[in-house]
Amino acid sequence: MTSLETAPHPEKLRRVAIDPLSRVEGHGKVTLLLDENDHVQQVRLHIVEFRGFEKFIQGRPYWEVPVMVQRLCGICPVSHHLAASKALDQIVGAFRLTPTADKLRRLMHYGQILQSHALHFFHLSSPDLLFGFDSDVARRNIVGVAAAYPEVARQGVLLRKYGQEVIRHTAGKRIHGTGSVPGGVNKNLTLAERDELLKDIYPIIGWCRDAVHLARRLFEQNLEEYNAFGRFRAHTLSLIRADGAMDLYHGGLRARDMDGGTIFDHVDYNHYWEQISEEVKPWSYMKFPFLRALGPQHGWYRVGPLARVTHCDFIPTPLADRERMEFLAYDGGSVAGATLGYHWARMIEMLHAAEAIKELLHDADLQGTDLVVSGERQERGIGMIEAPRGTLIHHYRVDEHDQVIRANLIVSTTHNNQAMNEAVRQVARQYLDGRKLTEGLLNHIEVAVRAFDPCLSCATHALGRMPLRVELIDAGGDTIEVMMRGGAGEGVAPH
Amino acid sequence: MSDTFLLDGEEVPFAPGQSVLQAALAAGRYIPHLCYHPEFKPHGSCKVCTVRIGRRTAASCTLPAQAGLEVESDCDEMNDLRRTLVQMLFAEGNHFCPSCEKSGNCMLQALGADLGVLTAGFRHFFPNRPVDASHPDILLDFNRCILCELCVRASCEVDEKCVFALSGRGIDKHLVVNAASGRLADTDIALSDKAVEVCPVGVILKKRVGFATPIGERRYDRRPISAQALDDAPRTAQNASVRE
Repeated sequence: MTSLETAPHPEKLRRVAIDPLSRVEGHGKVTLLLDENDHVQQVRLHIVEFRGFEKFIQGRPYWEVPVMVQRLCGICPVSHHLAASKALDQIVGAFRLTPTADKLRRLMHYGQILQSHALHFFHLSSPDLLFGFDSDVARRNIVGVAAAYPEVARQGVLLRKYGQEVIRHTAGKRIHGTGSVPGGVNKNLTLAERDELLKDIYPIIGWCRDAVHLARRLFEQNLEEYNAFGRFRAHTLSLIRADGAMDLYHGGLRARDMDGGTIFDHVDYNHYWEQISEEVKPWSYMKFPFLRALGPQHGWYRVGPLARVTHCDFIPTPLADRERMEFLAYDGGSVAGATLGYHWARMIEMLHAAEAIKELLHDADLQGTDLVVSGERQERGIGMIEAPRGTLIHHYRVDEHDQVIRANLIVSTTHNNQAMNEAVRQVARQYLDGRKLTEGLLNHIEVAVRAFDPCLSCATHALGRMPLRVELIDAGGDTIEVMMRGGAGEGVAPH
Repeated sequence: MSDTFLLDGEEVPFAPGQSVLQAALAAGRYIPHLCYHPEFKPHGSCKVCTVRIGRRTAASCTLPAQAGLEVESDCDEMNDLRRTLVQMLFAEGNHFCPSCEKSGNCMLQALGADLGVLTAGFRHFFPNRPVDASHPDILLDFNRCILCELCVRASCEVDEKCVFALSGRGIDKHLVVNAASGRLADTDIALSDKAVEVCPVGVILKKRVGFATPIGERRYDRRPISAQALDDAPRTAQNASVRE
């Protein structure tokens, strides 16, 4: 079986482009090269925009960075807000925040995990899962879900809303707030704000449990297909708490190989480049990170919910941990390697986020007034966090005039670059090889991408839901067929 | 009994020496403005406070109040003009409100919101204006300068240092500092200077305190600029200086 990354004689092959991918944030495309018998010879996931933020924050004052870089994304801006803040904590010498600041940031982060996972699962992916990957495209969207499964859609919308309210009370706004500043936070949680959030947290936890069970049920109903869909073996990477617990806000780096063996554990992320490097490939603007110890060929890895749920030792909230154990035990542990296992793992994390929010809301430290600390000024700052889609690294250098002189951001999408490529290649082999292409078949490719990441914007910086345009071009470069559909996924007649 | 003039059909009392804008604000009547500051001599440069008097228009901050004047301010014609002026200011500089630490405390942003400015309306100039971060405590971000000269006036009249001045002509006019090197670090500005606190936009900034005020507690979060300006206005003619 070939890797499908590069065909030996691409000039003789037909090219099909899924450009751009729909129901994802940001601009990505998948290109397929097919021979005369419709056999797939090459598959590539491209991130077609360039990175801009690393350049245009150069020269800006460092305290502006957490507010500016969160504009990378509209789905999980809090990840960038907090990762940048953690890096700048080091710049201002704040190596240990006050309990109030630390817990408020955690609350903000878990609010974001909740809303982002809800959006990912319910709004963007559930249409594929509930209706089928090649179902009627006209209803394969959140509006279709609301019509056919009104209670599922309602809970999805309200779960996201609750997460957004947590963010609003901690960051000042539901999206692109300013709550986290270098060295701490700029507000605490008032009793009125706490009570407002506490009022709804118990039904939210209940709905999160229902969501885990829904994800599991969908898997069970299609066990064979889901288990095989885009399946591949990969190493895993995430932050982990000192005691091995899942911790999405802070920890050391843990990497495990595809058999579950430890590659490294509890590594201080301030030296991440000693463990992780990035490879540039000529056909993509997005780099390909790899574990140095294993090299670029074999060192690529998976990040995100599937990686985190499978290689943490436990989840430190009871309901989510019970679900984790059932997830790992299910069908001999097969789910842990399945691309669609991401959704199930994602819902377990959403349940954990809801439980963590409940615990934090009962903590009186959130009403503390000691918000910011500082210490000896540093030139370099590195912040790392587990964003909804996976590990996120922010790395800055700041000069003596307080201006940023260098920035490096390695976002979750980039960590998963090779893994997503593997998934779409696997799906192409399984579903497209030797068959006449249809919209439904091509959607299988997008289902694989959406399992990882609905928001390529972190790596691309283009916003908006783009229409899908598929072009079939023969070996001579002539267009044989063009298929188009609108941004909401509705079908448009071929022309 | 003081004299009065008519502002949008309603009588406004004034004291000798007051401008139309000062009298209006003192009487609780808002006229949009930008470069005017109650503590400094008005000089009518931004033109946002322009009003109509009969067949002519004039900046109300420099227009002496006179008995019997009939002034039109809150009308479509004047507000359209103000909106255009504000749009031109947004297009001329690099005003990136989403990551500006002055957001919520910025007069230009608040005025734009109050006037219903939704877009810059003109093609952005995207000027190349590097920040001056040379001073240990004060940052100069020239990208946001609207040439109101409040810092120029404050530094000369209150601080008696004349750290700031405008240089160049027309579209090339820009803010400079009084140092041969052109760097703020080489001037005698101090953090406690009036010039540091008077900037209505995000040019002159105290370092390392950006975003310390949470959203909801910033100056224009709770009260629009039209209400805030009335709170700030002196109720007497004490600072009137139109005829000085």
